[in-house]
Amino acid sequence: MAGVSTIEAQAGLRKRLLARRRNLGDGAAYVLTLLFATLILILTALVLYELFAASHLSRARFGFSFVFSRSWNPVTGQFGALPFIYGTVVTSLVALVIGAPLGLGCAIFLSELAPRKISDALTFVVELLAAVPSVIYGLLALFALVPLLRNPVEPWLRKCFGFLPLFQGPAQGVGLLAAGVVLAIMVVPFITSVSRESLLAVPREQREAALALGATRWEATWSVVLPYARSGIGGAIFLALARALAETMAVTMVIGNDPQIHTSLFAPGYSIAAVIANEFTEAVTNLHLSALIELGLVLFVITVVINGFGQLLMLATGPGRGRS
Amino acid sequence: MKTARVRKLTGMVMFGLTSLCTLITVSSLFFILGYLLWHGLASINWAFFTQVPKPPGEVGGGMANAIVGSIELILLATLMGVPVGFLAGVYLSEFGGERFSFVIRFTTDLLNGVPSIVVGILAWALVVVPLGHFSLFAGAVALSVIFIPIAVRTTEQFLQDVPQSLREASLALGAPKWKTIASVVVPAALGPLGTGMLLAVARIAGETAPLLFTSFSNSFWNLSPSRPAASLPVTIFEYAISPYADWHRQAWAAGLVLLALVLLLNVSARILMSTRYGYRG
Amino acid sequence: MTAATKLEKTGTLTKASEGAATAATAKLCVSGLNFYYGAKQALYDVSLEIEANRITALIGPSGCGKSTFLRVLNRMHEMVRGSRVEGSVYLDGQNIFELDVTALRRRVGMVFQRANPFPKSIFENVAYGLRVNGLCSRAMLADEVEKSLRRAALWEEVKDQLHKPAYALSGGQQQRLCIARALAIDPEVLLLDEPSSALDPIATSKIEELLFELKKTCTVVIVTHNMQQAARIGDRTGFFLLGRLVEIGETSKIFQNPSRKETEDYITGRFG
Repeated sequence: MAGVSTIEAQAGLRKRLLARRRNLGDGAAYVLTLLFATLILILTALVLYELFAASHLSRARFGFSFVFSRSWNPVTGQFGALPFIYGTVVTSLVALVIGAPLGLGCAIFLSELAPRKISDALTFVVELLAAVPSVIYGLLALFALVPLLRNPVEPWLRKCFGFLPLFQGPAQGVGLLAAGVVLAIMVVPFITSVSRESLLAVPREQREAALALGATRWEATWSVVLPYARSGIGGAIFLALARALAETMAVTMVIGNDPQIHTSLFAPGYSIAAVIANEFTEAVTNLHLSALIELGLVLFVITVVINGFGQLLMLATGPGRGRS
Repeated sequence: MKTARVRKLTGMVMFGLTSLCTLITVSSLFFILGYLLWHGLASINWAFFTQVPKPPGEVGGGMANAIVGSIELILLATLMGVPVGFLAGVYLSEFGGERFSFVIRFTTDLLNGVPSIVVGILAWALVVVPLGHFSLFAGAVALSVIFIPIAVRTTEQFLQDVPQSLREASLALGAPKWKTIASVVVPAALGPLGTGMLLAVARIAGETAPLLFTSFSNSFWNLSPSRPAASLPVTIFEYAISPYADWHRQAWAAGLVLLALVLLLNVSARILMSTRYGYRG
Repeated sequence: MTAATKLEKTGTLTKASEGAATAATAKLCVSGLNFYYGAKQALYDVSLEIEANRITALIGPSGCGKSTFLRVLNRMHEMVRGSRVEGSVYLDGQNIFELDVTALRRRVGMVFQRANPFPKSIFENVAYGLRVNGLCSRAMLADEVEKSLRRAALWEEVKDQLHKPAYALSGGQQQRLCIARALAIDPEVLLLDEPSSALDPIATSKIEELLFELKKTCTVVIVTHNMQQAARIGDRTGFFLLGRLVEIGETSKIFQNPSRKETEDYITGRFG
């Protein structure tokens, strides 16, 4: 064991020498990682700060009435957010009305009714869909969807549902409906994958209990699984809403860019993200720029609130919470 | 009381409906791919990859500068985002105090939910305004702000997945905490960590909105980070909304290239995930 | 060696060495140890001495605090937030709470209940402790790795596959690898927390054999829920119950003639 003790002596000596350095190592690692973690706080604070600071002109000029004002005129210097809030909300709602049932139906199929291997493979495809860039959806929407809406979809809608103000007026293809449809397609993969996870998280015993009582597969899903996963699915929809509200490129390309409020879905409109995208680099006056940034602030606040709500819902999944 | 027949029928109808939903959803990916291939494949030629754009209205030219610009943007953003995301993730997983970690996680989720156009405004205010002009660097900053929350969450999650018993074994041998993290925990999670980073790269590769008023655009070659630069997504946007048929043709080709890149990154991430250095233990 | 013959053998020695036992060197001195997880107390006023170059076995029903106690000895309890210790532990007369913790752990090694080799090669697993403590020379490392693997009775089985991943080994081999890994840095004390609870009898007996060899150069403390194991290999045995050290003494005495009723009840299987 002589060799061991010489090495031991060496290592012991080195250990003594390294002892202090090692404590430094731990302390240094802590400080370093802490610094970078704090950087995230700083970045987020900067977002808020810059949004507030750069919108100062507009906020001072218009105050709270900015949110309710309908006029948007860079020439006269009149700026109001309402048309954009309207466009943003309407297109997102259309997206949810179309996308939520579609996404949920897909999720139910993938989690409850399909065999595991097929479900995994198809889920992978759905997740790839979620990764498709917005500008590509916009490209397809512009050249494939819009002509389709112009003829025959919108005229058909007008024929069947024209009694509703939603489906009246000239059908140009571009407009709120086009934006809503492309948003729906973009939002479906997200709703599907998050809802599917919520459904898969329902304990097997719940399904088995229903089936053991003689329920069919579908009945078990409808009356037991879905209610159990209710808040998770609700959360998924809210989070999807937040994404739709913030979507920029695809919407910009097909919404029609008209800062006015029309009741018809066929009419052109404008969303907050779209107007910022289009006018930011062309704003001549500081007030115009400031108004655009204030719009950004409005969008930020809306998405933070909706996201927060969605996250809360997702956290609330669990037994007993499905029933109120 | 419904008859057994009605119940069975309901089940079949719902099965049919939900599978229809799935069919629509899944086939849309193939539709997108197919459409892009149909319209864009023919335009992918040597000129596309090597030439810069011709003046508006003229036929021909390519997107070499946009492709290079995108690569440079992604590299720069990743260079800035990986250290921040990784180290912050290490903090959350290995060092974090209870309350402060909660604050960091909450803020990271908040930052993740910021609309990408608003991130563009931030980068504009931080870089473009002081410099006085658009720059590739500003675009990279915007992209890194989008990159970081994804990197943080994935790093934290995959480091936490490493079993505690490995940390215990290392500490019991007299290794200090930082060495335990560097020599045992991180190597054990290397595959998944790479996956997380790849997914973040895939996300920023396709981002357009934050680049519109940061890196802006450029019809010519530019490698310098301090000047505006063309990028693939922005060029697709510009070309698509332009009135020129030739530009539309090129937009399809660019869309195909961009989609192929993004899908490739995602699939690679998935493959990397499944080759985890297993600690079956 | 059955428990009976072992007891017979040590029985005669005990009488002669009883006087000597008190003079044997105490490697670890624990005095008035109280341990808390947050508000919950897990150890109550534990005091004992671990004698050098002997195997001390700690037995008791599950949840009685013996593993918790073991972890205090190399300050592994500090990994858990909210854990608190009162009392003192001395290693060769030095207060372990005043020592640099990494230096302490170099002297007091630990083998865990479930084998936890690193996702590295067999060689790298054993070399890890040496590298971490500053040894870099390739030749020296190879030397030390071989020595440790021999001490852990694993060398013959793995000498041709040192660079294969550790996970390729069986459960028993992995545990002996963990022992080799702990031995590589030549600790003065080796703590084993139920090291063979997940292993088959053959693997278990291999480990017990190597512990016999080990005590010549090392002080061994082993926590076990298997009384027969304590009887087989323990020189001294301590009985823990509900966070208290009920009784400690020469193994033969504990098993043949315990002083406390609780000990006797446990030994005879009235509860467990």
